[in-house]
Amino acid sequence: MSAATTRRIALIRKEFLQIARDPSALAIAFLLPAMLLLIFGYGVSLDARNVPVAIVVDHPDALTASFTGRFAQSAYFRPRAYLTIQSAERAMAANRVTAIVWLRSDFTRGAETTGAAPIGVLVNGVDANDARLVEGYVQQLWAGWLEDRARADGRAASLPITVEPRVRFNPAVSSKDYLVPGLIAMIMTLTGALLTALVIAREWERGTMEGLMVTRVRIGEILTAKLVPYFVLGIGGMSASVALAVFVFGVPLRGSLWVLTATSALFMLAALGMGLLISGVARNQFVAGQIAIIATFLPAFMLSGFVFDIDSMPRAVRLVTHLVAARYFVAILQSVFLAGDVWSVILPNAAALAVMAAIFLGLARMTARKRLD
Amino acid sequence: MPPPTDAEPALRLADVRHRFRSGPRDVAALAGVSATAMRGTVTGLIGPDGAGKTTLMRLVAGLLRLQSGRVEVLGIDVGRDPLAVQARLGYMPQRFGLYEDLTVQENLDLYADLQDVPPAERRARYAQLLPLTGLGPFTKRLAGRLSGGMKQKLGLACTLLHPPEFLLLDEPTVGVDPVSRRELWRIIEHLTRESRTTVLFSTAYLDEAERCDQVILIHEGRLLGAGTPAAFTAEIAGRSFLASAGLGRRELQARLSAAPGILDAVIQGDRVRIVTASTGTAASADWSRAAPGLSLTPTPPRFEDSFVAKLRGIARANEPPLPPASPTATPVATAPPPPVTTGSTPGGTPEEPVIVVEHLTRRFGPFVAVRDVSFAVGRGEIFGLLGANGAGKSTTFRMLCGLLPASAGRLRVAGFDLRTAAATARARIGYMAQRFSLYADLSVRQNLRFFSSAYRLSGARQIARIDWAVGEFDLAAVLDATARDLALGYKQRLALACALMHEPQILFLDEPTSGVDPLARREFWRRINALAESGVTVLVTTHFMEEAEYCDRLIIMASGRVLADGTPASIKASARRDDRPDPTLEDAFIAMIDAAGTEVAA
Repeated sequence: MSAATTRRIALIRKEFLQIARDPSALAIAFLLPAMLLLIFGYGVSLDARNVPVAIVVDHPDALTASFTGRFAQSAYFRPRAYLTIQSAERAMAANRVTAIVWLRSDFTRGAETTGAAPIGVLVNGVDANDARLVEGYVQQLWAGWLEDRARADGRAASLPITVEPRVRFNPAVSSKDYLVPGLIAMIMTLTGALLTALVIAREWERGTMEGLMVTRVRIGEILTAKLVPYFVLGIGGMSASVALAVFVFGVPLRGSLWVLTATSALFMLAALGMGLLISGVARNQFVAGQIAIIATFLPAFMLSGFVFDIDSMPRAVRLVTHLVAARYFVAILQSVFLAGDVWSVILPNAAALAVMAAIFLGLARMTARKRLD
Repeated sequence: MPPPTDAEPALRLADVRHRFRSGPRDVAALAGVSATAMRGTVTGLIGPDGAGKTTLMRLVAGLLRLQSGRVEVLGIDVGRDPLAVQARLGYMPQRFGLYEDLTVQENLDLYADLQDVPPAERRARYAQLLPLTGLGPFTKRLAGRLSGGMKQKLGLACTLLHPPEFLLLDEPTVGVDPVSRRELWRIIEHLTRESRTTVLFSTAYLDEAERCDQVILIHEGRLLGAGTPAAFTAEIAGRSFLASAGLGRRELQARLSAAPGILDAVIQGDRVRIVTASTGTAASADWSRAAPGLSLTPTPPRFEDSFVAKLRGIARANEPPLPPASPTATPVATAPPPPVTTGSTPGGTPEEPVIVVEHLTRRFGPFVAVRDVSFAVGRGEIFGLLGANGAGKSTTFRMLCGLLPASAGRLRVAGFDLRTAAATARARIGYMAQRFSLYADLSVRQNLRFFSSAYRLSGARQIARIDWAVGEFDLAAVLDATARDLALGYKQRLALACALMHEPQILFLDEPTSGVDPLARREFWRRINALAESGVTVLVTTHFMEEAEYCDRLIIMASGRVLADGTPASIKASARRDDRPDPTLEDAFIAMIDAAGTEVAA
């Protein structure tokens, strides 16, 4: 065995011993992912359910009762009757209801003459996402009611277009099913970039880096010795997250496991490259943590399409997302979990990941010096 | 490898300069240092904190890019081929570079692998190093759980696994107890004798200079001198004396340091050590006038005497002559000196002691940090807690300040029981923390204003106290400077000023002068002495034997226990033997630990 191999193995062994003895590294690799999964799997839901809605009916009759009855039956709404529009608006201002559905006197008249009964809908727009969902739900409910009425009368509904939505890949439109796969990218960013930057900064802080540098070790050996253990740790965290996602949260895994593993490995290399680059600048754990969160975790969270749709971002921001490695990985994850091995998605994104990994690792290697300044 | 000729130097520094940026400032860490070190010798790189020692060490080890000048180690140009140099040298950084979450054996194995020690040779190497360092019984212990002295020896063992031709030790003796310090020197002597290793040893402790074959003395990045310790002391031969007179030692010191022709006056035992500006005692008439009944005994010069003489020379050359001393230096020039409780028996003074500690114990889980400690301190006394890192000094201190409850025992500070009236007692305490807890980003004025408000001073009284601090501590020139940019000596003055804002009766000083240059240390103690004369009780922790000389009384602590208490003179006297007629405090400390038969904090 050459001296260089001996040195590399010694450093890798040391790193594993430290990981095993340091609860904080294991916590970032396993406890934090588990917590994130639980929060996003159970706590955060982007679906609207049981939305409180004020119903104001100016002239109650059999038709209005049939329409408002639909709200009571729906799982999405919790209707409350208000006598006047003013009292309903006060309730919305106090955030007791999210939307107001107002049936004026022309409702029954319209239903009986043209077949299109007009309704007024006011939505609290503070939470834009909720507002859009509620608006859509109300519209769907209204169209459904009109159509049923027309069918009962034996004539075609007088709506210009009938929309019959069919949702592919996530038929239940459960936000959990696309959040949980995306989370795996967040978790691997944490282990790859944050943890690696932190442990190297710790070596600077404790003066052990200075001790290492003056031995015969070469800088490339120090870098590989950091890459290998945290790569293993990241893949371990990924496996645990996939198991949780599939077995605990019941997220389907429609693609193949080997595609998932291979692309995860590519993303992990990119994340480790970022971590190594950061550690070249940050010599204490506080700064390393700050940079890693701001430069890797937050972009991965916000600009990867994990929560916020990239296509609806402004053009400039959309361009920036191309610099975020997590963007490519999230696309792969969502497709592998929900759609299957869609090669037209996987191949270009995997290629992008490979390029980013090569750039980050190359930069880290080129900027690393066996010196303290 | 060809046998090196001893005539060829192992280290050659030629006009080494180094600057670095610290925020907006451009700092010259080294301003042209040239020196050589011969093979097989021990060279001391000596200077106070901030002198540039670590920068120089790192340049020699090839860890910093050489900006200007030339560094040659074992005939190799470090700037050109740092890897070749690193393969042949051993380097122990400050804090020893150990992995605290690995065991002793794991650390040794790691460094053996990193230094290409063949597996076949390891057993023999371990068999040599473990007994030499006394680590044999502790190979399975985590390095983080070793005492400071043992960490230092493990760090050393790790650098010695592949016997280096050139060994760099960056401040290996900071915070380490005297016993470990002595053992380290024994190992170094063994290395230079047996394997002709060259050693470069940096330290801020001037007394270590005398153990080196040669000394490189730097101060503020500049070379003050290089040569054998004997050459340094020879320059001031015949100018060191021990003075005594019919006065208290502090009073005598204050008067002599103000007298013309005396460069330095420090307390040593019952007498005052002085260094004169020139040989002969031509000016002694002046001195006798200042201190009637003065008698001078010539004494061999120390390295520190020469350093102080050099620094005074620089100060004189750079600045207009100062008035001999500020009025506070001689507080009671005409009136008879007030009775100072040199406190052989605190019970003998009519006043009740200001601090009473009885059977104080503090446990952290199964670990006993402080065990059955008792002492009493009278008004106006300077009392020292002397011991290595981990001896229990800081824990005792925190309990005295009411920051940490005691597990058992009784504590009274300024007449208050700390269990029931910690806040009241604390209002009478001033505290100056190690490394001076100043707000580095605030200016001097803002620090003073903040600390005075923190002590609840306001209005006219606050203004008056700030004015007092500015005048008393000569801070007017730096009022708007940021605390971070102050020289160490100024930082120390500002920290002391902040601690004195509310005119406390008791002053706690935690390692107050470790690492500051000898002039700043003298200046600091002059102020502390004046405070004590005015009735303030002073408690000092230190691991620095020199500092202990300034105390009226002290206790020596090790492993949470009190090993001895008394005056510096009585403690030294207890270690007097035929072969050691005039022991130092350090000798006494070592003798006590040997007698106790315990390895410190083992």
